[in-house]
Amino acid sequence: MTDTHVAAPEAAAAARPPGPPRRRSLARAALLLLRGRTLVVLVLLVIFFSAISSEYLTQSNLILMTKHVAINAILAIGVTFVILTGGIDLSVGSIAGLASMVAGGLLFKGLNVPGGTVFFSVAMVILVGIVVGALVGAVNGVLVTRFKVAPFIATLGILYVARGAAQLLSNGGTYPDLAGSPARGNTGFHFIGVDTLIGIPVAVWIMVLVAVAAIVVTTKTPFGRRIFAVGGNERAAVLSGIRVNRVKIAVYVISGACAALAGLLLTSELGAAYPDTATTYELNAIAAAVLGGTALSGGRGTIIGTVMGAFVIGFLGDGLVLVGVSTFWQSVVKGAVIIFAVITEQAQQRLQSALTKRTA
Amino acid sequence: MNAGGLLDARDISKNYGGVRALKGVTFTAYRGKVNVLVGENGAGKSTLMKILSGAEQPTSGEILLDGEAVVLSSPRDAMARGIGIIHQELSLFPNLSIAENMFAGRELRRGRRFVDAAGQRRRASEVLARLGQDHLDPDTLVEDLPIGQQQLVEIGRALLEDVRVLIMDEPTSALSNHEVDVLFNVMADLREQDVTVIYISHKLDEFRRIGDWVTVFRDGALVAHESMSRTDTAWIVRQMVGRDPDSLYVRNSSPAGDVLLDVRGLSVLGAVRVDDVSLTVRAGEVVGIYGLMGAGRTELVECLMGMRRASGGEVRLRGEIEPEGTVQARMAAGLALVPEDRQRDGLVQTMSVRDNIVLATIDRLKRAGLLSGGAEQRTAAAKVAELAIKSPGLGAVVTALSGGNQQKVVLARALLTEPVVLLLDEPTRGIDVGAKAQIAALMADLATQGFGVLFTSSELAEVIAMSDRVLVMARGRITAEFTSANVTEEALVTASASDRVLEGRS
Repeated sequence: MTDTHVAAPEAAAAARPPGPPRRRSLARAALLLLRGRTLVVLVLLVIFFSAISSEYLTQSNLILMTKHVAINAILAIGVTFVILTGGIDLSVGSIAGLASMVAGGLLFKGLNVPGGTVFFSVAMVILVGIVVGALVGAVNGVLVTRFKVAPFIATLGILYVARGAAQLLSNGGTYPDLAGSPARGNTGFHFIGVDTLIGIPVAVWIMVLVAVAAIVVTTKTPFGRRIFAVGGNERAAVLSGIRVNRVKIAVYVISGACAALAGLLLTSELGAAYPDTATTYELNAIAAAVLGGTALSGGRGTIIGTVMGAFVIGFLGDGLVLVGVSTFWQSVVKGAVIIFAVITEQAQQRLQSALTKRTA
Repeated sequence: MNAGGLLDARDISKNYGGVRALKGVTFTAYRGKVNVLVGENGAGKSTLMKILSGAEQPTSGEILLDGEAVVLSSPRDAMARGIGIIHQELSLFPNLSIAENMFAGRELRRGRRFVDAAGQRRRASEVLARLGQDHLDPDTLVEDLPIGQQQLVEIGRALLEDVRVLIMDEPTSALSNHEVDVLFNVMADLREQDVTVIYISHKLDEFRRIGDWVTVFRDGALVAHESMSRTDTAWIVRQMVGRDPDSLYVRNSSPAGDVLLDVRGLSVLGAVRVDDVSLTVRAGEVVGIYGLMGAGRTELVECLMGMRRASGGEVRLRGEIEPEGTVQARMAAGLALVPEDRQRDGLVQTMSVRDNIVLATIDRLKRAGLLSGGAEQRTAAAKVAELAIKSPGLGAVVTALSGGNQQKVVLARALLTEPVVLLLDEPTRGIDVGAKAQIAALMADLATQGFGVLFTSSELAEVIAMSDRVLVMARGRITAEFTSANVTEEALVTASASDRVLEGRS
C-alpha cells in the first residue's frame, strides 16, 4: 500500500541497466538512494502520516513512538549480531519473557533461601535478568558450535524451552506488582521503563547507549571485524586464525543479553511481569534487521540500519493506528514492507556488482 | 578452406564493450581429430568456444559447418546441429541418478505427461557402454560417483544427442591421473567414431598424449596452428608466452640455512589419510611436494596449519615442539597457509580488499582497543604495493579482482602474519602462465629473504623448475625425495605411480 507507493521511483531506477556515462551516473544516484532506502522510507512515512494526521508530528507523539521503537530496536540489535555471523536467533522473544519473569519474581516475592526470603536491589535484579538472558544465549551458542545444531533449529528449541521456563517460574501466573517496598530496599524498577530524563524516556536513552556500543563493537573492534569475517566466509575466517566458535558463542550471548534487557524494559513499562511477555517479538526484531539491510546469509549489515529498520516498523505501526487503520491491515502492510525491503536489497546488490564490474 | 575441416571459424572477431576479445581468428577443427586449444587465461580460447557453441554471437566473421555457413543462435541451436560443449564446472544434479541427469530437461516421454524411466535407463546404459563404463548402474546417484565419472556422465549427456563436434573446456583440472587415462580412452574412442573433439587444456604434459592438432592463442589472436607431432612442449610454451620457457621460472639460489620446520611421523586419519610423514624445510629453501589428487597433500598442509587434527607425530618450528594443533598456535609459531581453493578457503567475499588483507593480523592494528582505520589503510597499501596487486582500490570488494590478484590478496594476508615457513597448496592452480611465473618469482624471493617455502603441485615441469628439493607423496606417504640436481620427470612419475600398484592391491 503506502510503502510500495512511496518507493516506486527507487525500484524503477534500480531495474534500469546501468548504461554508458549519463545513465551510469543515474545508476550511481539510484544506488545511493537504495543504500539509504531505510532512511528514505522513514522520512517518507513521517511526511505521509503527518499530512494525514496533525497529531503525528508532535513532540509528544514522536517521543511516544520512539519509546515503542526502543524495545524492538534493542532486541533487533542483538539479533543483528547473530545474523551477521550467518546465524539466526528465534529465541529472543522467549528470553525477554524469561528475564521478565525472573526479575518480576525477585521483586515481587524475592528469592527463597534456607532461613527465609531475600530481596535484591533493583540494580541487582536488572543485572540478574540480563545475566540469565546471556546464559540462555550461551546455551544457544554452545548448541550451534559444539553440537553443530543448525541455528534455526537450536534457537527454535530454546524459544520453547525459555518460554516454558518463564511459565514454570510462576506456574503460569502473573507478578502484578513490581513497585517493591522501601523496607525491602527494592523500589524504583519503574525508572527504566516509565521515567524520563531531560524529557526523554529512560528506555530511549538505553536504546541509544546500546546502539552506540553496538556500532563501536561492530565497526571499531577486531571482534566486530571477526563477526563479519565469520559470516562472510567461515573457512577463510578459520584460516585467518579466528576462533570461529568463540565468536559465534559471543554473538548469541550478546543477543540473549539484549533480549533480556528489552524484556526488563517492557516489564518495567507494564508494571507487571507475565509469562507471555514479548511473545513473537523475535519476528519483529528479525524484520527490523532485514529491513535495515542485514543479509540473512551473513557478513553484510549495519547496526544503524537495524535501528532505522526498527524505527520504520514502529513509526509505520503507530501511524496506522493513529489514522485508524485496523490491526488486520497493519499486519498486511508490515509484511509487505518487509518483502519490499528484501527486494530492494537485491536490487542494490545487483546494481552494485554491475557498477564494480564496469569500473574494474 | 581446409580439406578435412568439419568446423571452420573464419575471421571471427568479438568485442565486449571496448575490449577486443578475439581479433580476426581463423580456426579449423579437423574431422575425427582431437584439436587441442591452448593459451593463457584471457587469450580468447573460451570466447571462441562460446561462439562455436552458440552461447555468444561473433561481432564479425562467419562459421562454417561441413563447408556450409551457419548461424548458431543459441546453445540449443548448436546442439541441434551436433555441436556439444562440456564446461569446466560440472553442471550435474548431484541428487539425481545418472539416467535422470543425462535426460534432464529433455526427458523421454511415455504418453504426454509421464517420464519413460525404463527407456531412459536403457539409453543411458547404451551411452555408458559407449564410454566404456558398462559396469555403472544408470540408477546410481551422481553424488555417489567420483569426480572423474561425473565428468563422463556429463560427456554422456552430450553423446545422447548425435554429436559431431564435442568441445571440452579443461575437463581434467579436477581429475586424478587414472581418471584422465579413462577420459583419454573415451576421447580416442570418440575419435574412432568420427567425432570431432575440441579440447581446451592448460596441462602441457597431458594433452600431448591425446592431441592431433594444437592451436595456440595469445592476446585474442591465433598465433600458431600445428600438427602435434611436429611440436614439442618447449615450442608450445614459447608460442603461448611469446618467450623462452627457461626464463619463465626464477629459481631460488640462496643457500639453505637452519631447519625451520621439522615434521616427524605426522599422521592424519580420514577419507584421505596422511601416513607417517616426516620432512624438513630449511631457511632459504623451496621444497615442493609433488603428488596426484587425493595423495594427501592438502590434508598434510592443513594439518600442519592446525586445521586438521593429527592422529600422531610431532611438528617442530625452529626446534621447538608445537604441541597445540590450533590455527592460532601454528600461526603464532610462524606458519602461514595459502590454501588451494581461494574462493572457498581464502577470501571473505563480502569484504573489501583492505579488510581481507589485514584480517589475520587485525589485533595488531588497534589503538587503545579500537581499530585504527589509518593503520589498516597503511598496512594494506604497503602489501598491495609490495606484491603489485592490481585493484580498483583498497575499499573495493575483493571479488572485483582477477583470479591472480585475489590469490595475491590471500598471500598478502599470510605474509602479514610474519611466518617463518610459508605453506602454499597448489599456488599456481587455475592461473595463467604469466601469473605462474610471478608466483614462482615471489617464492624464490621469499626464500632469498630467509623464509622456508613448502608448496604442493601436481604439475611436473613446475615442481621441478621451482623446487630446491622435491618430495613425492602418494597414498598419504612420502614415497621419494629428490634434489634439484637429480630430479627428472620420469623419476617423479615413477615415484607417484608406485602408489597405483598399492591402489590395485588395497
